[in-house]
Amino acid sequence: MTDLLRPAADWELKSMLAQIGEQNAAVEIIGAGTKRAIGHPVQAPAIISTASLRGITLYEPTELVMGARAGTPISQIEVELASRGQMLPFEPLDFGPALAAPAGMQTIGAVFATNNSGSRRISAGSARDHLIGLRGVNGRAEIFKSGGRVMKNVTGYDVARGLTGSWGTLAVMTEVTFKVAPLPDDIATLVYAGLPEDLAVELMSLAMGTPFEVSGTVHLPAKHAARIMTPQIGSRNTPLTALRIENFMKSVRYRKGRLIEALKACGQPVELDLEASLGFWGEMRRMAFAPHSDDILWRVSTSPRKAPELVATLRRHMPVEATYDWSGGLIWLEIPDCADAGAADVRRAAAIAGGHATLIRAREAVRREVDVFQPQAPALERLSRGLKQVFDPQGILNPGRMYQAM
Amino acid sequence: MSSIALPQPDTAIVDRRDAIVKDLIAIAGPGAVIADEDGRRAYETDAFTAYKCMPLAVVLPDSTDCVAKVLSYCQRQGIKVVPRGAGTSLCGGALPAEDAIVIGVSKMNKVLEIDTVARIARVEAGITNLAISGAAGATGFFYAPDPSSQLACTLAGNIAMNSGGAHCLKYGVTTNNVLGVKLVTIDGSIVEIGGAHLDAEGYDLMALIIGSEGQLGIVTEATVRILPQAEGARPMLIGFESTAKASICVSRIIASGIVPVAIEFMDRPAIEVCEAFAKAGYPLDVDALLIVEVEGSDEEIADRLGYIAGLAQELGPSSVIISADEAQSAKIWKGRKSAFGAIGRKADYLCMDGTIPLSQLTYVLEEISNICRRYGLGVANVFHAGDGNLHPLIMYDANDARQSERAEQAGADILRLCVSVGGCLTGEHGVGIEKRDLMRVQFSETDLMQQMRIKSLFDPAWLLNPAKVFPLDGRPEFAARPAEPSIAAE
Repeated sequence: MTDLLRPAADWELKSMLAQIGEQNAAVEIIGAGTKRAIGHPVQAPAIISTASLRGITLYEPTELVMGARAGTPISQIEVELASRGQMLPFEPLDFGPALAAPAGMQTIGAVFATNNSGSRRISAGSARDHLIGLRGVNGRAEIFKSGGRVMKNVTGYDVARGLTGSWGTLAVMTEVTFKVAPLPDDIATLVYAGLPEDLAVELMSLAMGTPFEVSGTVHLPAKHAARIMTPQIGSRNTPLTALRIENFMKSVRYRKGRLIEALKACGQPVELDLEASLGFWGEMRRMAFAPHSDDILWRVSTSPRKAPELVATLRRHMPVEATYDWSGGLIWLEIPDCADAGAADVRRAAAIAGGHATLIRAREAVRREVDVFQPQAPALERLSRGLKQVFDPQGILNPGRMYQAM
Repeated sequence: MSSIALPQPDTAIVDRRDAIVKDLIAIAGPGAVIADEDGRRAYETDAFTAYKCMPLAVVLPDSTDCVAKVLSYCQRQGIKVVPRGAGTSLCGGALPAEDAIVIGVSKMNKVLEIDTVARIARVEAGITNLAISGAAGATGFFYAPDPSSQLACTLAGNIAMNSGGAHCLKYGVTTNNVLGVKLVTIDGSIVEIGGAHLDAEGYDLMALIIGSEGQLGIVTEATVRILPQAEGARPMLIGFESTAKASICVSRIIASGIVPVAIEFMDRPAIEVCEAFAKAGYPLDVDALLIVEVEGSDEEIADRLGYIAGLAQELGPSSVIISADEAQSAKIWKGRKSAFGAIGRKADYLCMDGTIPLSQLTYVLEEISNICRRYGLGVANVFHAGDGNLHPLIMYDANDARQSERAEQAGADILRLCVSVGGCLTGEHGVGIEKRDLMRVQFSETDLMQQMRIKSLFDPAWLLNPAKVFPLDGRPEFAARPAEPSIAAE
C-alpha cells in the first residue's frame, strides 16, 4: 500500500522530504495526478500530492501578475482571471480526457512542472516563458525561492524557469508566480478544408509570417477532424486547417479580411465567429482529437520546415495519424498499439529532422520498457545528471520518471 | 571609485604571463591574441567605467573549436577567464581581472541561416543585436529584444545578461526569444542545447544559461526567434503634472486590456535633457511623460491610440500628443534611446536597474528623490514603466571621491528599497560586480547556495567570470570544496 501524503505548508513538505531522505527512500510527486500516465511509472513507497497547498496568493490585474500555491486547480485560477477579463496566455492543455483521467483537475504547479503549453504558445510563448518566480523544496529538503513577482528580473540565475519541465524530479514547487494577459475582445477562426499536410504546413507558416498576429495554427487529419464537435466544421471526414486571430473587434474584422486575401491560393475558408472559435479551440485544449484509446500517442517537437517530411518518413514504417500544432512545430502522432510504441522509428525520424519525441500515451507495460523522454547526447546527458545531483543528490524525487536510473 | 572589493590577483598566474601568452598564441594563432599594453587597454573596462583592470591577455577566437581549445587550456592551467561581447555592460559584467584572460567573441559575428518558415535565425553569438534584425529585415522579419545599446551590444552579451529593452512589454526578453545555443564549457566540451524547435528537450538548461553572466560557459552560436514586422507602429506622448497621475495612467492602460508594445516613463530632469538633445517635441511643462507605442495598420493604431488618449483624458493630462509621422516617431524614440548618453554629457551618472511592482511606482519614485536628496545628488528617471523596470540615473562628479562614494551608497539604498516593496535588484542589466554584495538583500543563504551549486556543476573551479554575481565572502570555501558533481569528472 502506497502512503499518500498531503502537506499543507512548506515546512510540512520540508519535514516529509527530510524524513524520506533519512530513510533513503523515494517518493512520487503529483499535483492532482492527471498526468501520472505520462512517463515511466515511478516505483516509490510514498506519494506526495501538492493538492492541499491551495489558494491564490496574489492577483494584481493592473500588473498582469498572479501568484498561487502549487496545488491550486487551474480551473479556479481561470475563473478568477476571467472575472477580471484576463487569462493564462499559454493556454495549457488538459491531458485528462486523452489519458482517461478526469478533465479540468490539473494544478497550476503541474502546469509549470511539465511546461504545459497549448496552441497559443506559437504567439504568446510557453508556460515557462510566463513563470516569474517560485518557492519550492528541493531533494535536499531545503526551502528556497527564485525569481519574484516582477516581470523583469535578472538577479542571479534563473532557477525558477530552470525548473519548468522537470516533472517533479528536481524540486517540489509550493508556490508559483506568473504573468497573465488580457482576454481578447473578439476571436475569429479561418478553417480551410481538404488541404494535404505539406500544403497545410505551408499555409500555417505563411499565416505566421504575416503581421496579423495569428495566435493559433493547427492542422487535423480527417480521422482527428471527425472527432471535433464544433458546429459548421464538426464531424466532417476531411482534413481541417485552422488559423486563429484575436484582438479588438475592428482589428479582427480587418485582419481576417487581409489574411483571407493573402492566402487566397489555398481557397475560401469557413469563418468561425467568437462563440464557435471558443468551442473549437476549447476542443483543441482538451485534445478532443485524440480521446483516450489503446492507440499510442507521441508528442514531437521539431522545426515546421521538417514536419511533413518527418511524418512521411514514419508512414513508411507504420500507419500514422498526425495533428500539427504550432504551425507544424508540434506534431501529435497517433499510431496503433504495439510493444515498443514504434520508439526506434519515431526517435530516429525526430533526430534526423532535428527535435525530440515524448511518449504521451501507451500501456504501462510499454512505458516501463520504452524511453519516454528523448535520450540525450552524451554532453547534454552529463549536464542533466549533474543538475539532478545539484537539486536531489539522493535521488528521492520521482526516481526514473524522466530518465531511467535518474 | 573603489568601494567594491576585488580579490587579490593570483601572483603565480600573473608571474607566468609570458608563458601563458606564448601558449595562447600557439593555440589560437598570433592574430587572435592581444598581449601588448595598448591593445589590452581597450579591454580594461566596460560601460561601468568607474572600475578598470588590465587583463593578462585578450583572445579573440574565430571559431567554436578555438574557444573550446582555449577554455580547456585555461582549465588545465587554472587560469581565470572573463568572457566578453562588446563590453557594454552597465554593471561591470565584463570587467577583467589582472590574473584572468579575456575571451572576446566579437570576431564570430556571421549570420548562418535565416529561415522564415521556421521563423528562426541561426547566428554566431558575436553578432550585434541590431545586425540580426538587419539580416532578417529583407524578408520582413526582426529580432525583438532591443536594449538601448543594440547598435553595439552582442547577442552573446544579451544572452549572458538576459537583456531586455523598451519593447519587451509585448515581446519578452532574451530568454523568451532564444531557442537554441551552442555552449562551450570550461572543460572544452561543446554542448548543443535546443534548436529550431520551440521547446528544448529535457531539463531547461537554456533558462539557466541565459542570464548566468558568462559564468557557466561561453555561448558561440544561437538560434533565435524572428518575428514578422508589424504593419506600422506609432508612439504618443502623454504628459502629466505629477508622477502619481502618470503611474495611475499606466495601470489603467494595462487593466483596460491593451498591452502596448512599450510604455516608457521620463521625469522632468530626463525630459529636459532628452528634449535638448533630440528635439523630439517633448512637452517641457510636465513632471512626468509617458511614451506609449502601439502597433498595427494605420486604422488599428488610430483606434488604439484614441482609446488610450481617452483613458488618459480622464486623469486630466497636461498634454497628449500623437506622433504625426515617421519622422516624429523616430525623434521621439531617438530622445528616449539616447537618454543615458544625453544625461552623460551633463554629468557622470550611475544607472540603477531595479524592478518594482507597478502599484508601488509613485511611492518608490518619491523615495528615490528623497534618498538622492539625502546624499546631495541629482537624479533623473527614464525607464520601462509597463513592466516596472526603473532606471534612476544618479548624477555625480566622478572626479570627486566623496561624491562617487555617496552615489554608490545612494544606488545601494535605492536597490534595497526596490527589494523591500517586492521587487528585485536588477531587471535587465545584470548583477556583475556592481550589485554582487547586495545579493543577500534579495536572497537567503539557501537561495544563493542553490544557485552556486549550479555554478559549480558547470565550472567546478569557479574560473569563469570570477568575482561577479555572488558575494565574495562565503564562497571561496564553497568553490574549493572538491567533487560537487561536475561535468568535467566523467
